[in-house]
Amino acid sequence: MTDKIRVATASLCGCFGCHMSLLDIDERIIDLVQLVEFDRSPINDIKKVGDCDIGIIEGGVANAENVEVLLEFRKHCKVLVALGACAINGGIPAMRNSFELRECLEEAYIDGIGVANPQIPNDVEIPLLLNKVHPIHEVVKVDHFLPGCPPSGDTIWTFLTELIEGKPISFPYEQIHYD
Amino acid sequence: MTHDEIIKTIIASSGTSPDVQRQQLLQYLCQIQHDLSHIPGHAITQLADLMQMPEAEIHGVIDFYSFLHKDARGEYDILLSDSITDHMLGSRTLLQQLCNRLGVEPGVPRSDGRVTVDTTSCTGLCDQGPAMLVNGTAVSRLSDSRIEQICALIEAGTGVSQWPAEFFEIEDNILRRDLLLSDETTAASPDGSALRALIASSSDALLDVIEQSGLRGRGGAGFRTGMKWRFCKQAESDSHYVVCNADEGEPGTFKDRVLLNSYADSVFEGMTLCAGIIGAQRGYLYLRGEYRYLLEPLQAVLQQRRDSGLLGQGILGKNGFDFDIEIHLGAGAYICGEESSLIESLEGKRGIPRKRPPFPVTLGYLNKPTVVNNVETFMAAAKIAALGADWYCAAGTPESSGTKVLSISGDCERPGIYEYPFGVTIKQVLEDCGATNTQAVQIAGAAGTTLPVADADRCIAFEDVSTAGSIMVFNNERNLLDMVQNFAHFFVHESCGFCTPCRVGGSLLKDLVEKLVNGHATQYDVAEMKQIGALMQGTSFCGLGTTAANPVLDLLNRFPQLVEEQLAHSGYEPAFDLDASLQEARDITGRDDAGAHIGSHT
Repeated sequence: MTDKIRVATASLCGCFGCHMSLLDIDERIIDLVQLVEFDRSPINDIKKVGDCDIGIIEGGVANAENVEVLLEFRKHCKVLVALGACAINGGIPAMRNSFELRECLEEAYIDGIGVANPQIPNDVEIPLLLNKVHPIHEVVKVDHFLPGCPPSGDTIWTFLTELIEGKPISFPYEQIHYD
Repeated sequence: MTHDEIIKTIIASSGTSPDVQRQQLLQYLCQIQHDLSHIPGHAITQLADLMQMPEAEIHGVIDFYSFLHKDARGEYDILLSDSITDHMLGSRTLLQQLCNRLGVEPGVPRSDGRVTVDTTSCTGLCDQGPAMLVNGTAVSRLSDSRIEQICALIEAGTGVSQWPAEFFEIEDNILRRDLLLSDETTAASPDGSALRALIASSSDALLDVIEQSGLRGRGGAGFRTGMKWRFCKQAESDSHYVVCNADEGEPGTFKDRVLLNSYADSVFEGMTLCAGIIGAQRGYLYLRGEYRYLLEPLQAVLQQRRDSGLLGQGILGKNGFDFDIEIHLGAGAYICGEESSLIESLEGKRGIPRKRPPFPVTLGYLNKPTVVNNVETFMAAAKIAALGADWYCAAGTPESSGTKVLSISGDCERPGIYEYPFGVTIKQVLEDCGATNTQAVQIAGAAGTTLPVADADRCIAFEDVSTAGSIMVFNNERNLLDMVQNFAHFFVHESCGFCTPCRVGGSLLKDLVEKLVNGHATQYDVAEMKQIGALMQGTSFCGLGTTAANPVLDLLNRFPQLVEEQLAHSGYEPAFDLDASLQEARDITGRDDAGAHIGSHT
């Protein structure tokens, strides 16, 4: 148990699609847990990250909590992986970057259709939004980038098994090309 | 005239077929912009009707060119030149002064519609800057007092034509003359002499002379002119075209402005000679919008040449030697200096580069064989035809015959135009222009090469350091990072956006250069810049993208100590200030609790 590789995962500003794709490795997850022990992850609902071998991040950096989680991951993980389009370049959430933050908030909480009791939330429990959405490599050093929206279960499986076995990472064409 | 009348007049001034009209689209838009200070929506509708083309396509053209606007600019539309040499002469302070004094933000028209103040890429007045354009006309040698005068004139509503004439004085500043610019040469090859030589012998014989002279393109690439003309001549077609590239957009280059101002006859003669050799009946001079003030004088020269029988039907009485030249204006797009973009722009379209091959010599303007040469190349060709290949080969090196006209600016006592035989050392050039305490020389503009002064023994020649003419001198007081940052911004602004390596790579480089300037870059970022730069060089679609990383890579490779001093010593630094990026949200929500801040992350 103790010499198992420890893996943590988190979804920052993403859609959880990359985590769903991770689950698409299907029954191979049984093989995977022979090799790895999951630390913090939405899969097991552990909330705090401990020292790990591999950290996998889905989603971009859009708010103060995303920054905090990402910095914690970098501190505790020997290898950090950007998983999917949002982690790599901000993805869909970064479409708000062509607007001012105020415009986005006003559209959502003041001027939007059907908004009742219009006000921009300011509860201290709610993480503040950054003025722009950033890819994770603009906040911490990233060791591997795994593209895709989302990367397929097979791609993730290939990546994880090769990384764990210490092999050079390479993919069959159909697993990494999206044209 | 009302808007409608102006638009109708413009439209009525050209042929009637939609195809022909479409080729004039950019010219119509330039004219409407000039007359109305923007292109109103109903003008777009009218033009789309007339030319039977979708409005979206016209919007596309307007959006492409910096000098075209869909929203009204101020009655006085001021553009300060944003070239690094203008910065070095204090243009940033003057911009601030101008904005403060007039009560405007850069790029935003004043609420009364009186004035807009903005910046533009190099206006080609680096030897007499800081410079600006007001309603398309250049004003040189800006100073505190000149800015004060300008503000007063604007507030008083004085028309630009009534402003003091000395504001608009543009000097040639020719400080060294050689083969092309010497008075003896001008006397020995009066107007028409090249064309008389052509008529006296044959087009084949004259083409041989151009080839023997070893003349190579003066726009920077150095392609052999004789070979280009021969390829074009050999390309079978019902029509051929001659195009003169006067889109002198490379920052720090201003020699074509001087040649067009004082030697336009020779330039047009070279174009006519080329037409006679390749069998073209029509030529275009593509004049950058920044040089609009040269348009009328150039048209006068053309008319004079028509009156003297040097242009038009039966040139110099020779039956069948028919050729005329039309001037097309650009509208603030550096990419249009690239010959295939220039051709697209001449056809009235967005200046997106074409795939090459086919090259313009076989499929150019309107997909017909076309010679595109630089202003200086045509001028040299005219002189060579009149005075012979030997006269020209006497100067220069075996690989680079003849002379090169250089535009020198930056930290030197005597900036201006210097003509040298090829092979001159950079050291000699620096001595002659009075450059002392030099740190580095930027050769061939933003897309060129940055040489430390230790390399000043190198020569200006195609086989060593090649340039279309731009030489910018930086002394030891200057921070070269300012230059690299200026160029990085320039390329982001000027990328046409067509290919990803240039569009995205340029933006990434700009951000990383800023990170370096702000002292937050690490070795990791240096490696990143090198990788992005190499990718841009290897994979961009045209020359703009393949050269856009040069200033960054030259800085990293040739000035490692400068970079080292600037690096942060941690292993990694975020690309932006984490806590500052919450400021907007703090302002909106009024929060200032601990959770509304991101603490030190090191």
